[in-house]
Amino acid sequence: MRYDTQEHAAAVAHGHASFMGLDNRKMAFWAFIGSECLLFGSLISTYLVYKGRSLTGPFPHEILNIPFTSFSTFDLLMSSLAMVLALAAVQRGDMKQGKIWLFVTALLGLVFLGGQYWEFSHFVREGLGLTTNLFGSTFFVLTGTHGAHVTVGVIWLLTLWVQALRGKLGPANAMTVEITGLYWHFVDVVWIVIFTVVYLIQ
Amino acid sequence: MRLALAALLLLVAGCVGGHHPQTIFAPRSDFSHELDGLFKNIFWWAVVVFLLVETLLLIAIARFRARPGAPEPKPIHGHTVLEIGWTLAPALILVFIAVPTMRTVFDTAGRAPEGALRVQVIGHQWWWEYRYPTLSISAYNELHVPVGTPIQVELTSGDVIHSFWVPALGGKRDLIQGRTNRIAFKADSTGEYWGQCAEFCGASHANMRLRVFVQTDSQFQRWVDGQRASPATPAKGSPAEAGQAVFKRSACIGCHTIEGVAQGKVGPDLTHVAGRTTIAGALFPNTTESLHRWIMNAPSLKPGALMPPQNLSPQDLDAIVAYLQSLK
Amino acid sequence: MKSWLTTTDHKRIGLLYFWTAFGFFLIGGLEALIIRAQLIKPDGGLGVSAETFNQLFTMHGTTMVFLALMPLSAAFFNFIIPLQIGARDVAFPRLNAFSYWVFLLGGLFLNASFLAGPLFGADRLSVAPDAGWFGYANLTSRQFSPGPNVDFWLLGLQILGIASLAAGFNFIVTILNMRAPGMRMLRLPVFTWMTLVTQFLIITAFPVITVALVLLMFDRFFGTHFFVPQGGGDPILWQHLFWMFGHPEVYILILPAMGVISEVLPTFSRKPLFGYTVVVYSGVVIAFLGWSVWSHHMFSSGLGPIADSVFAGTTMLIAIPTGVKIFNWIGTLWGGQIRFTTSMLFALGFIAMFIIGGLSGVSHASAPADLQQTDTYYVVAHIHYVLFGGTILGLFAGMYYWWPKMTGRMLSETLGKLHFWLTIIGMNLAFFPMHFSGLLGMPRRIYTYSSELGVSRFNELSTIGAFIIGIATLVFFWNLLRTRWQPITAPNNPWGGSTLEWAIPSPPPVYNFTVIPTVASRMPLWRTERHAPMTPLPEQPPAPIHVPGGSWWPMITATGLPIMAIGAISRTLPIVFVGVAVLVVGIYRWAFEPFEM
Repeated sequence: MRYDTQEHAAAVAHGHASFMGLDNRKMAFWAFIGSECLLFGSLISTYLVYKGRSLTGPFPHEILNIPFTSFSTFDLLMSSLAMVLALAAVQRGDMKQGKIWLFVTALLGLVFLGGQYWEFSHFVREGLGLTTNLFGSTFFVLTGTHGAHVTVGVIWLLTLWVQALRGKLGPANAMTVEITGLYWHFVDVVWIVIFTVVYLIQ
Repeated sequence: MRLALAALLLLVAGCVGGHHPQTIFAPRSDFSHELDGLFKNIFWWAVVVFLLVETLLLIAIARFRARPGAPEPKPIHGHTVLEIGWTLAPALILVFIAVPTMRTVFDTAGRAPEGALRVQVIGHQWWWEYRYPTLSISAYNELHVPVGTPIQVELTSGDVIHSFWVPALGGKRDLIQGRTNRIAFKADSTGEYWGQCAEFCGASHANMRLRVFVQTDSQFQRWVDGQRASPATPAKGSPAEAGQAVFKRSACIGCHTIEGVAQGKVGPDLTHVAGRTTIAGALFPNTTESLHRWIMNAPSLKPGALMPPQNLSPQDLDAIVAYLQSLK
Repeated sequence: MKSWLTTTDHKRIGLLYFWTAFGFFLIGGLEALIIRAQLIKPDGGLGVSAETFNQLFTMHGTTMVFLALMPLSAAFFNFIIPLQIGARDVAFPRLNAFSYWVFLLGGLFLNASFLAGPLFGADRLSVAPDAGWFGYANLTSRQFSPGPNVDFWLLGLQILGIASLAAGFNFIVTILNMRAPGMRMLRLPVFTWMTLVTQFLIITAFPVITVALVLLMFDRFFGTHFFVPQGGGDPILWQHLFWMFGHPEVYILILPAMGVISEVLPTFSRKPLFGYTVVVYSGVVIAFLGWSVWSHHMFSSGLGPIADSVFAGTTMLIAIPTGVKIFNWIGTLWGGQIRFTTSMLFALGFIAMFIIGGLSGVSHASAPADLQQTDTYYVVAHIHYVLFGGTILGLFAGMYYWWPKMTGRMLSETLGKLHFWLTIIGMNLAFFPMHFSGLLGMPRRIYTYSSELGVSRFNELSTIGAFIIGIATLVFFWNLLRTRWQPITAPNNPWGGSTLEWAIPSPPPVYNFTVIPTVASRMPLWRTERHAPMTPLPEQPPAPIHVPGGSWWPMITATGLPIMAIGAISRTLPIVFVGVAVLVVGIYRWAFEPFEM
């Protein structure tokens, strides 16, 4: 669709300018995701640079629990599915379903965070802390940053859920849910990369 | 502009007027000669481009000044052939710079040939430690090497990042804790060459200086023998003997090593301090007066220096200085 | 007053950026003058202590890069971009305001360090950052920089990074999505194009330095060893992360100025920009290639011959699109009718000075030759020719060009020309001798040098030049100030420019355009071979235009960040939580505030 036309002129006159046909907020969010790729990329690169260079243990193969983390990963993937279902529901105006799936997404996110908390405290008990060695430092900063992003996401989802409960969310502002979805899926994809790089490729 | 250019040419031609002990334009080793050749190549290309482009600019400004009553300028939007031309021409010039650059990168990568004399340089805030592993000697701030012999310099740091730079003998390389960097060079003339730390390393970065003495084989051997020799016991009743006694009961022994006398590891080894032409990281000449001032209050002369001011009586100070001056 | 605190109008925000950045520019300049005064003579100079000097050069670099040059460019992004693309404001006006307040507060936090010594039990008043604007590990570790100085630096920069990132997202969406009908990408003014490229560089480069600063923060605050060799850390990692940001950063600094002069030159030559598409694409190419050259800042670090060769090659490659722009600018002048207004003089000065900086840059590109140049005053010469002779002259060209549009008042051409000539003389006197002092063996970042090096005369000249620059800047400052007492008399298009900002009154009404124009050419206000000039816009809008009111939330939310930083630097966790709370509450109130574009 070309917007340098009469349609665009009319759209502009009505105050809904969008030269590229994409909602401003959605475009901004994609730019933000691009920026976040560099953020996580730098953290993952740091992890990779220091891989195998810890002066003391515990070392990854001694302490990482792949089965458990696979379950966390599965949980996060399912939360993305819930997110997709939530968006679809809101877009078609089915707010009952919308509320349910928004809540489920947040809940699954909380389960993930719970799993992270359990895993991290287990590591600390086993002797791997933030400052123990390079593995501990790079691991905790990387997964901690990701966990912080998930936390923000959960708060965001619950906020939307509350909005929905108050009847303030609907197809008219489905864009907000779509952008939330973009964030949530991004955070999920980042986790897949972390899981692969840190846990699977040792 | 033209005056500046003339001055620059004069300078590049090898320098007139004034003593410049750290100039890059007086190369005295194979390493620095290579870099000098590379720089001259680039410099002349830069002069050509500079003259060409600035002249074009000046012509444009002069010729196309707005004149009252002149017609509207022709709206030229571009010219494909020109664009290609002025993209390819600089690219070609860059090839003439890139090829010798790549060759020199590999030629000067820092690996000396087999049998080179190894010197380890360990940087400290704000002084230099040199170890000759094959000769079992060490030196401080002033480096001695034989002329015409390949030298393998291995650089590391005991604390923060420093950079070893003696312009006459070659380019600089950083000293980084946990890593070993390398410089390889072969000096072609005897002489005394000045250098300085070239990576900001804290309060007295400006005061971390060094000297390199390139010597004939016999001079070098004599120096090595001197470094290997134990310090002579001070003559009975001499000021130096009194100084040694003062040294032994002062804070000095906590930081400095003197063979057979003290094993401090914080500051430079003073076993052969009298053989050095400078003190305090090549900051001051090695004279009685400098030694006095330095020992009394090093931090006031070299900010951040870990050597605290000393509370010595004038007699004790004289004695210690006399003792240090006996340590050849 | 309240309207300034709550404004979301891009024009007001642009003015706020301008005055704040100019203020920091003066502070950074003062720091430079003290540095140069100290270096006027050798062997101790005028007695400025090493500690003070190290703080001064650190703050000079940090201030000029992050608090002066970037925000001065941002002043123009803010004011001019919506006008050039035919929009009423940016995509996210409140986010725009937020960026400004975060910048101001970050700059204040950083500079507060000058007076914060007593709060940290220091034996001096100033605990300003003192490890260089590049903060190399492991000098910045807790062991070797035990005071709060480096903490001020790493916290201040993290705050400032958020301001730049937010603005980056804002301008990308604005430029891509809010163009007037008919304004296709290849009809955008070059300033807008270069701004767009710069914003992409910002949003990709700043996360990298953010990570570097966070890792350093963890080392200093929590005892990790990311950059501490005793714990297995590698100081070189810091250099890689820093310069991976740092190199794109220099293109962030220069591309907007290149955009400015790409507007000024055509206007005052009365000719279109020569090779518009080439100038635009070369900017894009520079941005991409700018990611491939970072280790040319590390040639003395011992990366090995293969890495050295690769980076030497990529660095030489990037000289090509840069040179191409210069030829196109000269092509713009060629055959024109050149009017030597002050703005034009600065644009011409940019070309002349940038050539010198660019050529010394080429000499740096050769890795082995660079081993005699890096970390000496030769590099200081290079960076100041490109950043002062380039960016600052370009920004001055923009100031003289757009001041009438921004304020409705003309700057004095007489004072302007005096400013220009003093600046050109001053900068060449200050920086040209540095090529010599560097190659004669004077390293950088030293508070004094030996009289025996034979560089004393060059240092004297540099100091005199620096003070001439100072005088020139005061002349400019006076020129700016006097316009406050002038009536608003500037016409819509005092220079005969071709782009949309000149189609509206000076200063523009709050809604910018009475009617959003439809654009048919790259130079809407000029007659071209294919198009008549744009029909003038109506004097009054046909229907009332709704203009959004201001909002307190951007400013309030912004304050959360320095509060967090204060909590961090004082190691008081409750204050950090207060800052987080302010941030979160601010964001919520902002998100749920009824606000119409």
